[in-house]
Amino acid sequence: MCTQTVSLVAAEAERQGITTVCLQLLRVIAESVRPPRGLLVPFPHGYPLGRPHDATLQHRVLRAMLALTNEPGPGPILRELGSA
Amino acid sequence: MAELSELPLKTRLFLAAYRWRRIDPVPWSPLRKPLRECRVAVVSSAGLTRPDQAPFDDDVRGGDPTYRILPADTELGELLESHRSESFDHSGLREDPNLALPLDRLKELAGAGTIGDVAPRHLSFMGSITATGRLVKETAPGAVNTLVADQVDLALFVPV
Repeated sequence: MCTQTVSLVAAEAERQGITTVCLQLLRVIAESVRPPRGLLVPFPHGYPLGRPHDATLQHRVLRAMLALTNEPGPGPILRELGSA
Repeated sequence: MAELSELPLKTRLFLAAYRWRRIDPVPWSPLRKPLRECRVAVVSSAGLTRPDQAPFDDDVRGGDPTYRILPADTELGELLESHRSESFDHSGLREDPNLALPLDRLKELAGAGTIGDVAPRHLSFMGSITATGRLVKETAPGAVNTLVADQVDLALFVPV
Protein backbone atom coordinates (compact mmCIF):
# COMPACT_ATOMS: atom_id res chain seq x y z
CA MET A 1 0.00 0.00 0.00
CA CYS A 2 2.93 2.30 0.78
CA THR A 3 4.06 2.18 -2.81
CA GLN A 4 0.66 3.30 -4.07
CA THR A 5 0.51 6.08 -1.46
CA VAL A 6 3.85 7.63 -2.40
CA SER A 7 3.14 7.24 -6.11
CA LEU A 8 -0.18 9.10 -5.84
CA VAL A 9 1.47 11.96 -3.92
CA ALA A 10 4.27 12.00 -6.51
CA ALA A 11 1.73 12.36 -9.31
CA GLU A 12 0.29 15.41 -7.53
CA ALA A 13 3.80 16.88 -7.19
CA GLU A 14 4.46 16.42 -10.91
CA ARG A 15 1.16 18.12 -11.70
CA GLN A 16 2.37 21.07 -9.61
CA GLY A 17 5.71 21.26 -11.43
CA ILE A 18 8.02 19.25 -9.16
CA THR A 19 10.17 16.45 -10.60
CA THR A 20 9.76 13.18 -8.69
CA VAL A 21 11.40 9.78 -8.37
CA CYS A 22 9.67 6.97 -6.44
CA LEU A 23 11.38 3.92 -5.01
CA GLN A 24 9.38 0.80 -5.82
CA LEU A 25 9.46 -2.53 -4.01
CA LEU A 26 7.13 -4.69 -6.14
CA ARG A 27 7.02 -4.68 -9.93
CA VAL A 28 3.35 -5.69 -10.05
CA ILE A 29 2.34 -2.60 -8.05
CA ALA A 30 4.68 -0.28 -9.96
CA GLU A 31 3.18 -1.41 -13.26
CA SER A 32 -0.38 -1.13 -11.96
CA VAL A 33 -0.11 2.31 -10.33
CA ARG A 34 2.46 3.85 -12.73
CA PRO A 35 4.43 6.56 -10.88
CA PRO A 36 6.13 8.99 -13.32
CA ARG A 37 9.68 7.77 -12.50
CA GLY A 38 10.13 4.57 -10.53
CA LEU A 39 13.25 2.76 -9.34
CA LEU A 40 12.78 -0.89 -8.37
CA VAL A 41 15.10 -1.95 -5.57
CA PRO A 42 16.01 -5.55 -4.62
CA PHE A 43 15.27 -5.14 -0.93
CA PRO A 44 12.53 -6.51 1.33
CA HIS A 45 9.66 -4.42 2.67
CA GLY A 46 10.88 -2.25 5.54
CA TYR A 47 14.33 -1.76 3.93
CA PRO A 48 13.78 0.59 0.98
CA LEU A 49 17.33 2.01 1.00
CA GLY A 50 19.02 -1.29 1.65
CA ARG A 51 20.68 -1.85 5.01
CA PRO A 52 20.79 0.13 8.28
CA HIS A 53 23.94 2.23 8.65
CA ASP A 54 25.25 1.18 5.21
CA ALA A 55 25.83 4.68 3.87
CA THR A 56 27.56 3.36 0.74
CA LEU A 57 24.55 1.30 -0.29
CA GLN A 58 22.11 4.07 0.64
CA HIS A 59 24.09 6.50 -1.54
CA ARG A 60 24.04 4.01 -4.42
CA VAL A 61 20.25 3.92 -4.24
CA LEU A 62 19.95 7.72 -4.02
CA ARG A 63 22.34 8.28 -6.93
CA ALA A 64 20.32 5.84 -9.05
CA MET A 65 17.21 7.84 -8.16
CA LEU A 66 18.96 11.07 -9.17
CA ALA A 67 20.11 9.49 -12.45
CA LEU A 68 16.50 8.83 -13.43
CA THR A 69 15.93 12.59 -13.69
CA ASN A 70 18.14 12.57 -16.82
CA GLU A 71 15.82 10.27 -18.73
CA PRO A 72 13.57 11.92 -21.30
CA GLY A 73 9.82 11.65 -20.85
CA PRO A 74 7.07 11.06 -21.08
CA GLY A 75 6.60 8.57 -18.26
CA PRO A 76 5.98 6.20 -16.76
CA ILE A 77 9.63 5.20 -16.58
CA LEU A 78 10.50 2.15 -14.48
CA ARG A 79 14.12 1.09 -13.98
CA GLU A 80 15.84 -1.44 -11.72
CA LEU A 81 18.72 -0.62 -9.39
CA GLY A 82 21.86 -1.62 -11.25
CA SER A 83 20.40 -0.95 -14.67
CA ALA A 84 19.38 2.61 -13.85
CA MET B 1 13.12 -6.73 -5.25
CA ALA B 2 10.65 -7.61 -2.55
CA GLU B 3 8.56 -10.69 -3.26
CA LEU B 4 4.86 -11.12 -2.67
CA SER B 5 5.70 -14.45 -1.05
CA GLU B 6 7.44 -12.70 1.86
CA LEU B 7 4.16 -11.11 2.92
CA PRO B 8 1.71 -12.73 5.35
CA LEU B 9 -1.09 -14.79 3.74
CA LYS B 10 -3.74 -12.31 4.88
CA THR B 11 -1.88 -9.49 3.11
CA ARG B 12 -1.40 -11.53 -0.07
CA LEU B 13 -5.10 -12.36 -0.25
CA PHE B 14 -5.97 -8.71 0.22
CA LEU B 15 -3.52 -7.58 -2.48
CA ALA B 16 -4.84 -10.19 -4.93
CA ALA B 17 -8.33 -8.69 -4.69
CA TYR B 18 -7.34 -5.03 -4.38
CA ARG B 19 -7.93 -2.67 -7.31
CA TRP B 20 -4.90 -0.39 -7.55
CA ARG B 21 -5.47 3.26 -8.36
CA ARG B 22 -3.87 3.73 -11.77
CA ILE B 23 -2.25 7.09 -12.50
CA ASP B 24 -3.65 8.08 -15.89
CA PRO B 25 -2.59 10.25 -17.54
CA VAL B 26 0.93 10.16 -16.06
CA PRO B 27 1.97 13.75 -15.32
CA TRP B 28 5.52 14.77 -16.23
CA SER B 29 7.66 17.65 -14.97
CA PRO B 30 11.29 17.49 -16.15
CA LEU B 31 14.07 19.11 -14.14
CA ARG B 32 14.61 22.66 -15.31
CA LYS B 33 18.14 23.07 -13.99
CA PRO B 34 21.22 20.92 -13.31
CA LEU B 35 21.03 18.61 -10.26
CA ARG B 36 23.87 20.51 -8.60
CA GLU B 37 21.53 23.51 -8.42
CA CYS B 38 18.41 21.62 -7.34
CA ARG B 39 16.67 21.77 -3.99
CA VAL B 40 15.68 18.25 -2.94
CA ALA B 41 13.01 17.00 -0.50
CA VAL B 42 12.13 13.54 0.76
CA VAL B 43 8.63 12.11 1.15
CA SER B 44 8.41 9.02 3.36
CA SER B 45 5.45 6.73 3.91
CA ALA B 46 6.90 5.11 7.04
CA GLY B 47 4.50 6.88 9.41
CA LEU B 48 7.29 8.89 11.06
CA THR B 49 6.36 11.64 13.53
CA ARG B 50 8.29 13.99 15.79
CA PRO B 51 7.69 13.74 19.54
CA ASP B 52 5.75 17.04 19.42
CA GLN B 53 3.37 15.77 16.70
CA ALA B 54 0.27 13.61 16.97
CA PRO B 55 0.87 10.01 15.86
CA PHE B 56 -1.03 8.68 12.86
CA ASP B 57 -4.48 7.35 13.70
CA ASP B 58 -4.80 3.59 13.30
CA ASP B 59 -8.56 3.76 13.66
CA VAL B 60 -9.31 5.71 10.48
CA ARG B 61 -11.15 3.38 8.09
CA GLY B 62 -9.27 3.05 4.84
CA GLY B 63 -6.12 4.47 6.44
CA ASP B 64 -5.10 7.83 7.89
CA PRO B 65 -4.50 10.12 4.86
CA THR B 66 -2.91 12.99 6.85
CA TYR B 67 0.75 13.97 6.72
CA ARG B 68 3.35 15.49 8.99
CA ILE B 69 5.94 18.12 8.10
CA LEU B 70 9.45 17.18 9.20
CA PRO B 71 11.90 20.11 9.25
CA ALA B 72 15.34 19.35 7.85
CA ASP B 73 16.94 19.80 11.27
CA THR B 74 14.78 17.01 12.75
CA GLU B 75 16.88 14.71 14.90
CA LEU B 76 16.40 11.34 13.20
CA GLY B 77 16.90 9.47 16.46
CA GLU B 78 13.91 11.26 17.99
CA LEU B 79 11.45 10.21 15.30
CA LEU B 80 8.66 7.87 16.29
CA GLU B 81 7.27 5.35 13.86
CA SER B 82 3.55 4.66 13.98
CA HIS B 83 3.06 2.75 10.74
CA ARG B 84 0.24 0.32 11.38
CA SER B 85 1.27 -2.38 8.92
CA GLU B 86 2.24 -5.77 10.31
CA SER B 87 3.36 -6.82 6.85
CA PHE B 88 6.99 -5.78 7.17
CA ASP B 89 9.92 -5.88 9.56
CA HIS B 90 10.08 -2.53 11.35
CA SER B 91 13.40 -3.16 13.11
CA GLY B 92 15.68 -1.85 10.35
CA LEU B 93 14.24 1.62 10.20
CA ARG B 94 14.10 1.86 13.98
CA GLU B 95 17.81 1.12 13.94
CA ASP B 96 18.52 3.63 11.15
CA PRO B 97 15.72 6.02 10.10
CA ASN B 98 17.81 6.92 7.01
CA LEU B 99 16.38 3.73 5.49
CA ALA B 100 13.07 5.58 5.10
CA LEU B 101 14.03 9.24 5.50
CA PRO B 102 17.60 9.60 4.21
CA LEU B 103 18.23 13.13 5.46
CA ASP B 104 21.81 12.37 6.53
CA ARG B 105 22.57 11.01 3.06
CA LEU B 106 20.93 14.03 1.35
CA LYS B 107 23.02 16.41 3.45
CA GLU B 108 26.13 14.50 2.36
CA LEU B 109 25.06 14.81 -1.30
CA ALA B 110 24.57 18.54 -0.84
CA GLY B 111 27.95 18.79 0.89
CA ALA B 112 29.58 17.01 -2.06
CA GLY B 113 27.89 19.38 -4.51
CA THR B 114 25.90 16.60 -6.18
CA ILE B 115 22.64 18.40 -5.39
CA GLY B 116 22.11 22.09 -4.67
CA ASP B 117 20.65 21.93 -1.19
CA VAL B 118 18.37 20.04 1.15
CA ALA B 119 14.83 21.41 1.36
CA PRO B 120 13.88 23.01 4.69
CA ARG B 121 10.84 20.75 5.10
CA HIS B 122 10.15 17.09 4.30
CA LEU B 123 6.95 15.06 4.41
CA SER B 124 5.80 11.99 6.26
CA PHE B 125 2.74 9.89 5.42
CA MET B 126 1.50 6.63 6.90
CA GLY B 127 1.43 4.45 3.81
CA SER B 128 -1.29 1.92 4.66
CA ILE B 129 -4.03 3.81 2.85
CA THR B 130 -6.50 1.55 1.05
CA ALA B 131 -9.20 4.19 0.46
CA THR B 132 -7.26 6.78 -1.53
CA GLY B 133 -10.00 9.35 -2.26
CA ARG B 134 -9.19 11.79 0.55
CA LEU B 135 -5.46 11.41 -0.05
CA VAL B 136 -5.74 12.30 -3.73
CA LYS B 137 -8.32 15.08 -3.36
CA GLU B 138 -7.29 16.75 -0.10
CA THR B 139 -4.12 15.83 1.70
CA ALA B 140 -1.74 15.23 -1.22
CA PRO B 141 -2.39 18.67 -2.78
CA GLY B 142 -1.89 20.33 0.61
CA ALA B 143 1.32 18.40 1.22
CA VAL B 144 2.68 19.30 -2.21
CA ASN B 145 1.86 22.97 -1.61
CA THR B 146 4.44 22.84 1.19
CA LEU B 147 7.10 21.71 -1.27
CA VAL B 148 6.06 24.32 -3.85
CA ALA B 149 6.26 27.06 -1.19
CA ASP B 150 9.79 25.90 -0.37
CA GLN B 151 10.75 26.03 -4.08
CA VAL B 152 11.60 22.33 -4.19
CA ASP B 153 12.86 21.17 -7.59
CA LEU B 154 13.04 17.43 -6.97
CA ALA B 155 11.21 15.19 -4.49
CA LEU B 156 12.37 11.65 -3.69
CA PHE B 157 9.62 9.29 -2.53
CA VAL B 158 10.43 6.38 -0.24
CA PRO B 159 7.82 3.72 0.55
CA VAL B 160 8.48 1.01 3.13
